[in-house]
Amino acid sequence: MKKNKSMRLAALCTGTAVFALLSATSSAFAEGELRLYNWSNYFSPDLIKKFEEETGVSVTIDNFASEEDLLAKLQAGGGGYDVIFPGTTTLGVMVKEDLLADIGVSKMENFKNVLPAHQTIAGDESRTFSAPYMWGTTGFSYDPKKVPEGKMAESWEAIFKPADELKGNIAMLNEMSDVWNAGAYYLGISKCTEDAAEAQQILDLLMEQKPAVKLYSNDGTIDRMVAGEVAVHMQWNGAAHRVKEKNPEVVYVYPKEGTTFWTDVMAVPKGAPNLENAKKFVNWMMVPENAAAASNYTGYSNAIKGSGEFLKDDLKNDPAVNTPEEYNDRLRAYEACSEKSRDLRERVWTKLKS
Amino acid sequence: MTPARRRTFFNFWLIGPAALAIIIFMVIPLAMMAWISIQSRSYGGGVHWGELSAEAWLRFLFERNLDDSLSWSVTYTVIIIRSIWLSLITTVLSLLVGFPTAFFMATRDRKWRTLLVFMVTLPFWTNLLVRNYAWILILRDYGTANGLLMWLGITDQPLPLLHNQFAVAVGLTYSFLPFMVLPIYSSLEKLDLRLVEAGFDLYASRWQVLRNIIIPLAIPGIIAGSILVFIPALGSYVTPELLGGGKTLMIGNLIGHQFGAARNWPFGAALGLFLLALVLLAMTVYALRGRERGGKP
Repeated sequence: MKKNKSMRLAALCTGTAVFALLSATSSAFAEGELRLYNWSNYFSPDLIKKFEEETGVSVTIDNFASEEDLLAKLQAGGGGYDVIFPGTTTLGVMVKEDLLADIGVSKMENFKNVLPAHQTIAGDESRTFSAPYMWGTTGFSYDPKKVPEGKMAESWEAIFKPADELKGNIAMLNEMSDVWNAGAYYLGISKCTEDAAEAQQILDLLMEQKPAVKLYSNDGTIDRMVAGEVAVHMQWNGAAHRVKEKNPEVVYVYPKEGTTFWTDVMAVPKGAPNLENAKKFVNWMMVPENAAAASNYTGYSNAIKGSGEFLKDDLKNDPAVNTPEEYNDRLRAYEACSEKSRDLRERVWTKLKS
Repeated sequence: MTPARRRTFFNFWLIGPAALAIIIFMVIPLAMMAWISIQSRSYGGGVHWGELSAEAWLRFLFERNLDDSLSWSVTYTVIIIRSIWLSLITTVLSLLVGFPTAFFMATRDRKWRTLLVFMVTLPFWTNLLVRNYAWILILRDYGTANGLLMWLGITDQPLPLLHNQFAVAVGLTYSFLPFMVLPIYSSLEKLDLRLVEAGFDLYASRWQVLRNIIIPLAIPGIIAGSILVFIPALGSYVTPELLGGGKTLMIGNLIGHQFGAARNWPFGAALGLFLLALVLLAMTVYALRGRERGGKP
């Protein structure tokens, strides 16, 4: 999803090698095996060790470089994996194509720990197939030293209709759905709208903002903020957290009209060789302490109540990562929009960029 | 077999592998592209095979308004014209920088020439992506260029050098300059300096010598260089993406977007074919010019 894919790719080789080594030493476990298939650098090796010690199951992990790879492998017959970690869009396709095993996540013992907003997800509304793993938000961050009066409103208005001093000093993500969603939230329009007039409103809003935008880009958002090249950057929260490591004054905003969040989930492919261990693992991952250990490694939020106290301090104390309770009602889940709506969105985007 | 027939037979087998490679790796994919461009699109990516539709081609000039009625649209025409315009600017800039460079190189000693040619090709040892990122560092607000300008006191505010068409033109010119320098150099290297001397003996001014003797003799190199710069510039993707700040699309980016985020394969394929047609047009002009000049392009 939104994590740095090239970084993951780079770490892929190292990751695989480390885990191959780990699995070689742990092949003596008696309780059978568990094979995970995940992004590289996206699962804590310590956590794997902990699971092995507590359950006696031997765990191996493989890495994919893109969700297309993951999907292709599953469509070609499962690949022998027990637990996979797709994003929301891919999850929807997998459910629709009947690729996942019914593991009854919502009936699991630890499902009660899942935050209310994550108890349902587009494509798997009743949480039959998937449990939340990591999630993040798309808001914006700003440097108080560079904005008028050192403060910006917690609203998309602050970047869609910027103060004169900020014109030309704003960077937007170059991500069609995130930008479209933000516009829709601000205007109070459904992000899955099929109404041409509403789409036109979003286009007008974005066109009006465009002259004030310095650039649209997904790359180097962290450096750009740290180097002070822009005062405001529409950004993913994980990136904002890393900006704050270098410049603690930076503020990450959850705009009040709505802040999209994306989710990566855990699911089990049909015909998984170790179904029982897979269920055990998914349930185990919903224990607050374990979810926190996963977050400490990835730097992204988990969806488990009570995991906050186990987080590393720098994550716990950063509202960009550990979303404050009062912002929960600002979060907006992914929705699978109709073809017509997606077509409108795409035409708005091309018109914006031409 | 007669010797002649044997030769034909033999030639057939010699040409066979190359012809096969061209058919498999060029003719068939192009035919697939053409076929895909007239299918109706599937919104998850891909197409509905067999469902014919002219929608992709209509998009070039007409736009389905957001309410689905057709009307004239300049959305894509603007991008296409911008691509051609930026490529032309790139070609002219490359020529302005490249010609003097090539002339300088061609008039050095032989041993120096080899070294200079080597130095012109040196940037190719670095990946295009890396070179474009280097330009980001140079052109950014507090980068090298602005730092120098402000240090010299020419300006006290950083100039907006990055994320606009200027940056794209600079980046493209830098990327493709060697393609201009080398053909001109090879034309000028063969230049008979006695012709220049003869010109001066006949009281021609420096300008007249340049205009009436050197440039006409360098024309083949200039044309070849211009074609070599213009064509890759037209399809460039990385430079407008990185240096244009995602605000100035060129055809390459538009194609990338259609196959990526937009998942509109038919339109992507149609754009790809259109780009190919533009390139062929440029090549044809070149070939025709060559024929006019007596078969020596």
